[in-house]
Amino acid sequence: MSAKEGDYYLPEPSGWPLVGSVGLFTTLGGFASYLHGASPMFMMLGIGILIYMMFGWFGTVIHENQHGLYNKQVDKSFRWGMVWFIFSEVLFFSAFFGALFYVRMFAVPWLGGADNNVYTHSILWPEFNAVWPLLTLPNSEGFDVASGVMDTWGLPFVNTIILLSSGATVTWAHWGLLKGNRNQLTMGLFLTVALGFTFVGLQAYEYVHAYHELNLKLSSGIYGSTFFMLTGFHGMHVTIGAIMLTVMLFRSMKGHFTAEHHFAFEAASWYWHFVDVVWLGLFIFVYWL
Amino acid sequence: MSTATAHDTAHDHHGPPAGLSRWLFTTNHKDIGTLYLWFSFTMLLIGGAMAMVIRAELFQPGMQIVDPNFFNQMTTLHGLIMVFGAIMPAFVGLANWLIPMMIGAPDMALPRMNNWSFWILPFAGTLLLSTLFMEGGGPNFGWTFYAPLSTTYGPESTDFFIFAVHLLGMSSIMGAINIIATILNMRAPGMTLMKMPLFVWTWLITAFLLIAAMPVLAGAVTMMLADRHFGTSFFNAAGGGDPILFQHVFWFFGHPEVYIMILPAFGIISQIVPTFSRKKLFGYSSMVYATASIAFLSFIVWAHHMYTVGMPVAGELFFMYATILISVPTGVKVFNWVATMWRGALTFEVPMLWALAFIFLFTLGGFSGLMLGVTPADTQYHDTYFVVAHFHYVLVAGALFSIIAAVYYWLPKWTGHMYDQTLAKIHFWWSVISVNILFFPMHFLGLAGMPRRIPDYAIQFAEFNQLASIGGFAFGLSQLLFLYILIKTIRGGEKATDKVWEKPEGLEWTVASPAPYHTFATPPQVK
Amino acid sequence: MRNLSVNKHLLLALLGLGNVVYAGSVFAEYKYNMTQGVTPISGEIYDLHMMVFWIVTAIGIGVFSVMIYSIINHRKSKGVKPAEFHESTEVEVLWTIIPFVILIFIAFPATKTLLALEDSSDADVTIKVTGYQWKWHYEYLDDDAKGLSFFSNLDAESNEARQLGANQDLSQVDHYLLNVDNPIVLPTNKKVRFLVTSNDVIHSWWVPALGVKQDAIPGYINDTWTYLKKPGVYRGQCTELCGKDHGFMPIVVLAKPENEYKEWLAQKQAEKKAAEEEAKGVWSLEKLMTKGEQVYNTSCAGCHQANGKGLPGMFPAIAGSKIALGPIADHINTVMNGKSGTAMQAFGAQLSDADLAAVITYERNAFGNNTGDAVQPSDIKSAR
Ligand code: HEA
Ligand code: HEA
Ligand code: HEC
Ligand code: CUA
Ligand SMILES: [Cu+2]
Repeated sequence: MSAKEGDYYLPEPSGWPLVGSVGLFTTLGGFASYLHGASPMFMMLGIGILIYMMFGWFGTVIHENQHGLYNKQVDKSFRWGMVWFIFSEVLFFSAFFGALFYVRMFAVPWLGGADNNVYTHSILWPEFNAVWPLLTLPNSEGFDVASGVMDTWGLPFVNTIILLSSGATVTWAHWGLLKGNRNQLTMGLFLTVALGFTFVGLQAYEYVHAYHELNLKLSSGIYGSTFFMLTGFHGMHVTIGAIMLTVMLFRSMKGHFTAEHHFAFEAASWYWHFVDVVWLGLFIFVYWL
Repeated sequence: MSTATAHDTAHDHHGPPAGLSRWLFTTNHKDIGTLYLWFSFTMLLIGGAMAMVIRAELFQPGMQIVDPNFFNQMTTLHGLIMVFGAIMPAFVGLANWLIPMMIGAPDMALPRMNNWSFWILPFAGTLLLSTLFMEGGGPNFGWTFYAPLSTTYGPESTDFFIFAVHLLGMSSIMGAINIIATILNMRAPGMTLMKMPLFVWTWLITAFLLIAAMPVLAGAVTMMLADRHFGTSFFNAAGGGDPILFQHVFWFFGHPEVYIMILPAFGIISQIVPTFSRKKLFGYSSMVYATASIAFLSFIVWAHHMYTVGMPVAGELFFMYATILISVPTGVKVFNWVATMWRGALTFEVPMLWALAFIFLFTLGGFSGLMLGVTPADTQYHDTYFVVAHFHYVLVAGALFSIIAAVYYWLPKWTGHMYDQTLAKIHFWWSVISVNILFFPMHFLGLAGMPRRIPDYAIQFAEFNQLASIGGFAFGLSQLLFLYILIKTIRGGEKATDKVWEKPEGLEWTVASPAPYHTFATPPQVK
Repeated sequence: MRNLSVNKHLLLALLGLGNVVYAGSVFAEYKYNMTQGVTPISGEIYDLHMMVFWIVTAIGIGVFSVMIYSIINHRKSKGVKPAEFHESTEVEVLWTIIPFVILIFIAFPATKTLLALEDSSDADVTIKVTGYQWKWHYEYLDDDAKGLSFFSNLDAESNEARQLGANQDLSQVDHYLLNVDNPIVLPTNKKVRFLVTSNDVIHSWWVPALGVKQDAIPGYINDTWTYLKKPGVYRGQCTELCGKDHGFMPIVVLAKPENEYKEWLAQKQAEKKAAEEEAKGVWSLEKLMTKGEQVYNTSCAGCHQANGKGLPGMFPAIAGSKIALGPIADHINTVMNGKSGTAMQAFGAQLSDADLAAVITYERNAFGNNTGDAVQPSDIKSAR
């Protein structure tokens, strides 16, 4: 296939998508069976297939790219693809943020008797006291009642600073790439990755603290549910983003990317900024307000 | 199925690889479109067979054939399979086949991902259907899977259902990303946005709806999974959550979802009506704006499915006003189609017949939608067969009819053969009559007080149910005729000309019939 | 193919319109149309429904007539040359504004009715309605009826006839599927408020003649109200999918003039006293079994099945169950407290001591479980 400007690039048939589908099927089917007592082998196998697929698929793309098969148009398609993928992630998060807002603005006050729910409170949950963060539950049977709430200006604030600085370092790395300063590129990427994993580490530390000292768990009622769902989902995204950036780090050390051609790097850094912005939302609505 | 889909490729200079690997590994938009369309048809038959079970049990009062729990599984899977398996993939299949040809592109923007979007589907479908064979049965809580019936009280197979929904969502999102990237990036020189065929426009907006709505559904099922297994209490009041939260999240996805199933239909009708009226589409730009307004409004009306859950009055009023407002842009579409026909030179080939039936019957379904939108009245209609009548008019006589119209319109271009027009007309009349016998009486049933999702009913509902069942069997049989016509056309038949119709508009009619394997390797110039 | 006969097109065209006209002509009859009901709200809703119906019918006739005219007259076979026009800002503005104005006409009465519908203040009688899988529970909250509460199950005759393969002549069954054992009784000419909630999944309490449909949400209480002017029997059903027997939890409302309503209250309270009295003595095994079978069939058979075999994967069998054959205390505990997180409810709050004793005895001796144990109401009392 040709790579001339103005011409189209069409990839050859590829087996990777099918491998990916089999991987997804095995992973998720395996996970569901595991939830019902089957061994986790299937799930592990599926994850293995998925990792294999990613190496294969991304490897192919990188190879094609290194051999100059992609032109401006392909590059732009990738960009649109990434932009809309991130947009879909924003909406995925908004489902959980929506749950948080709904619970704080409606469900919990209603359980406490607000608006048209006087009877909900007086007949069903007369003992319940609706204050957020929710430390008493309407009915704590079967739940782990938390003894305290997450602190705002300690670790979470440190984590905010860390994540914000990592946004700066990745931009700095990008400047290096644009200037052709490879050292600045690898240095910046290294710092970003280091900050990213530090963030994840601190987050894990915070979870341990919440579980053991505060008895705040996924099963601590809606406060714990929303807290862990939002921060956990975010933490997972940070991890993925950090892995993506690690790959970029290795690739840049191998001499990949030029000042003109470095979509993969940009995609990873967009993703990183997105994860950053989500964290700000979390910091404000989950920890602070 | 693979023999049936192997179409004539004699004219190709760069033909497809032979054998099964062609279909497994393909990156060609036409192959992938074909796969999508056959997958969708298979699902239509499976979902339809489930509908036949429903109609058979409801043929007369008393329980005769299935037990109530199995009936609920049929209702649930029928709804899910029709929505996620039949209608949506059919539209994506049409998008794959047509959008590159309509905008003068050689293929979709991200061909490998295109293959993945499709190949996730059969696996998701397998995961979903396998639940029927599990202990405790498949999902039995309706296609809307309200908590806590689906969380605390769901059967074990619910987790498989949850992951099937995750997969379906991934497939749709990737498909939608691809379509947007294609439309924004792959248009031939001169093909400005406001020159794009309406089918492309409606799909651009639909793709946006998909990317915005599907992740929210994924969020809903993820919270379900957490409630079921990880001790969270999103939908459980005892821990401070709310079962109604589930409904808000679900319908925030669910309402845009129903427009995802109708906007591409609007696009198809807007292609067909001008061709057979021999007149340009009336009000092209207002069609575009109307589509965009419908898409926007579709995000702020979701709670019209929840008028009886006990929302605060202010909410009910807001959602009522927003809901009935959708009639305005939708009306603009209907009026534009009528104005396109007005003083045209009409002929009534098969695609046009289906398009006309669409306009009549969709509008009827829209009218009952408007009635449902009026909150106090909906307290009587809600969860009765009146709702079932409404949505089958817009989904079967709307979405499905538009898909059939599209197939009859573009089939000669795909296969290079003209189909048997007499049979196709029989198919049309048979379907259009039986679909009304099937769904019209449901209005009466609903108004007279028959709730939906019940396997048995009081005897005063017997006559209309019987009538509906007879219509249902007839409608089902007529789709088997459709299958026969399709296979016959693929196998052979009168050669189709490149233009196929007398005066169709659009780039797809400038290439050979059947369309070569790779179209527009060098971009056409659009004036 | 381009010469399809004229009448076929007419047929198509008429079909859409015909539907609407047909609907109109038979609308006078109750069976085809929404009920007008017996309360002010149900009447208002009916009027609103008819108003919107006639508006859309009129619009439909308008739009479809133009289309049909076009289909008949503007066809190529008649030698028509297609016109050139393809836009007109004036008409487009017009057909945006006119529907909008029509909608405003609909919105006004709809808003008014909605506000009335939601105003449940100043009620004379308050009743708590709780949905259970698959029956309704009514609790009268006013002072003169304090403590009065009962379950309302699908009537036994319907219940038998609705079993798979029962093959009964349904026209012989009294109000098949729309009859209950204990109807809810309401006074006429009083504002009655319902506090609607659920014990398990979401149900919905719907009586068309009252114009009331309110979802029963577990953990939350919705309120709604009615005002009955005429004594009579009004029937309805659960309208939210609530599991296997969603189709089999009807509602029967008995509206009585105030004096009869008072009598009914007094009678119910007397019955309750008598039952408590009876529970005091020691019961024979035979008496427990008879009563137990009856309780089992109304309260338990929906899940565990009349033959005690359960539904594999959903509801465990009682026949041969470890619990039914094991220590009595565990059995009592399971039935009284249920199993949280499953469909097995806590029946301690639902059934009387005598009922519980009887049903547990029944489970321990029926379906081949012949343990010979007799559980006494006093055993239950001490277990509470
Ligand atoms: C393709 C799918 C589709 C489409 C297009 C629509 C279109 C509409 N729907 Fe429908 N709907 C469904 C699919 C769809 N629906 C489904 C699947 C359900 C049930 C889900 C479930 O519970 O399982 C449902 C349920 C549903 C409900 C909930 C009912 C209930 O459960 O109680 C409501 C309530 O407002 C509603 C309203 C509307 C409205 C106002 C429109 C409007 O968009 C219609 C607009 C069109 C017209 C009005 C006709 C043309 C206009 C003119 C000719 C102009 C002039 C007209 C006027 C000014 C009146 N729908
Ligand atoms: C999206 C599209 C879609 C389509 C195309 C259909 C098509 C049909 N639907 Fe469906 N339906 C839904 C979407 C759809 N439906 C949804 C979303 C629900 C709500 C679910 C819920 O409540 O959760 C629903 C619910 C629903 C109900 C209510 C169930 C209940 O409340 O309990 C009924 C009842 O009659 C019904 C009937 C039918 C029939 C007879 C068809 C027919 O048009 C089908 C025709 C097709 C075929 C029959 C296939 C071809 C033929 C064969 C496979 C051979 C067998 C033929 C014979 C034996 C004659 N549907
Ligand atoms: C709505 C459904 C439902 C109803 C009604 C119901 N049960 Fe159950 N029952 C269950 C379920 C589900 C379980 C299994 C709980 C579990 O997972 O441990 C169960 C378990 C039991 C068990 C333990 C069986 C075993 O071997 O584990 C007994 C005993 C029992 N029920 C008795 C009763 C009695 C007595 C009644 C009526 C008064 C009744 N049930 C009504 C759903 C129901
Ligand atoms: Cu209770 Cu449906
Ligand atoms: Cu909707």
